[in-house]
Amino acid sequence: MSVLRPHDQLPGLNAATILLVGTEDALLQQLAGSMLKEDCASKLKVHLAQSLPLPSNVNRPRIDLIVFVVNLHSKYSLQNVEESLHHVDATFFLGKVGFLATGAGQESHCSIHRNTVLKLAQAYRSPLLFCDLEVESFRATMAQRLVRMLLVCAGHVPGVSALNLLSLMRSSENPFLEDL
Amino acid sequence: MDETVVEFIKRTISKIPMTEMMTVLQAWDFLSENQLQTVNFRKRKESLVHDLVLLCEEKHASVDDIALLDIIYTQFHQHQKVWDVYQMTKEPGDDIDPFDMKHFKYSFKKILQRALKNVSVTFRDAEENAVWIRIAWGTQHRKPNQYKPTYVVYYSQTPYAFVSSSQLRSSLPLLGQALTIASKHHRIVKMDFRSRYLDSLKAIVFKQYDQTFETHNMTTPLQERSLGLDINMDPRIIHENRIEKDRIQRVTREIFGDYPQPRLEFAQYKLETKFKSDLNGNILAERKEPLRCLVKFSSPNLLEALKSLAPAGIADAPLSPLLTCIPKKRMNYFKIKDK
Repeated sequence: MSVLRPHDQLPGLNAATILLVGTEDALLQQLAGSMLKEDCASKLKVHLAQSLPLPSNVNRPRIDLIVFVVNLHSKYSLQNVEESLHHVDATFFLGKVGFLATGAGQESHCSIHRNTVLKLAQAYRSPLLFCDLEVESFRATMAQRLVRMLLVCAGHVPGVSALNLLSLMRSSENPFLEDL
Repeated sequence: MDETVVEFIKRTISKIPMTEMMTVLQAWDFLSENQLQTVNFRKRKESLVHDLVLLCEEKHASVDDIALLDIIYTQFHQHQKVWDVYQMTKEPGDDIDPFDMKHFKYSFKKILQRALKNVSVTFRDAEENAVWIRIAWGTQHRKPNQYKPTYVVYYSQTPYAFVSSSQLRSSLPLLGQALTIASKHHRIVKMDFRSRYLDSLKAIVFKQYDQTFETHNMTTPLQERSLGLDINMDPRIIHENRIEKDRIQRVTREIFGDYPQPRLEFAQYKLETKFKSDLNGNILAERKEPLRCLVKFSSPNLLEALKSLAPAGIADAPLSPLLTCIPKKRMNYFKIKDK
């Protein structure tokens, strides 16, 4: 069973690679496009996958950040993410995984409750971001955030590590359950 | 002229949008070019209609003439009606004489007139050996109601007729009978196939949809609309599941083809099945009678939407055969029971 591990490979020179996992290819493509528009000193690469595990026997660079994209309109997309999470090694969850929920703007189309994804993100101790990827301006802003996160996770920002970022991103409104 | 006829003229002409007025009147060919030139088409609609009604009165327009105008209006606005599809069959030993349009029209009208005494029947020939029929229904004692007509489009070289859905259900058996007998068939059956888009029904019923299909409002498939730029070309984006994506495209193309899909607005499934559950001791599973449930899929273009489900990642490919069989089976109303 192929499991993604964060330190399986040596990092490439000046390279930062993000893996977007989600069922809706069109949304992932658009997000990837928006991210690559950002000006950035590092060499960015975006890998898109429907689900994990990834096909083996493929040469791929070290993955610095995984973002799981859930469409709140589709139970299928949540189910897909839940199953894919099993193929990620525990050490990835020290700041190198994030969740992105899209579709919250259209309340009437949502078949997944906000709290469901919230609990999922809390269970995996990872940040959860909300963004309606179909809206260009929101998508552009989210793309900027993700690029910043990616650079930190790839170690390109001196003095800040993925773990630092994780503790900075913990929202005080939604503390982890044990902290209560 | 009879007041009711004048009212009928007025209401029929008023239905026509200003932008189409000239085209429709010319197609009608009842008012001459000279007469049409005397009318100022730049006036306000009310006033224009008034002038046109006067011209029709001058020319002694009959109910039949106005009914013809109504057919032309409906031909321009087919999507305002919901069309049912009927299929006729012949018995093996039946008449195999070549079709005679005159005889059909005569016979059809006669059958309805004999049964109802008060009924208006108007015909208009169309291409592909088709005829449009407008029927305004009356009874033994009442004049025909010109404002609730039924339209039939019969393709004479085929056993199919398309009938506009109407509230007047009592007239359907008689209509079926008239169609069957006049066209020298034996039985008529209503197919479980219904849509506003007559063109699409035609294309599916006559199996013409695998050629380039012209619709008035063609919507582009979902995947083309959502990809703004040609991001496929950016080498910094890598698709990990390329093989799976290609498989999905291939399966979708095999099922739906490369051509634009004919346009349907809904598919309805009536389920009468027993509840199946993995959990034991489920109250619903213990029911002896089947559960009844109605599932309806609606879309501005249902088949295109189904085609884009798998490529968009919303469903697995191949889709359920219940969805993909719609054009092949020429049905969009299904009843599903336990075997």
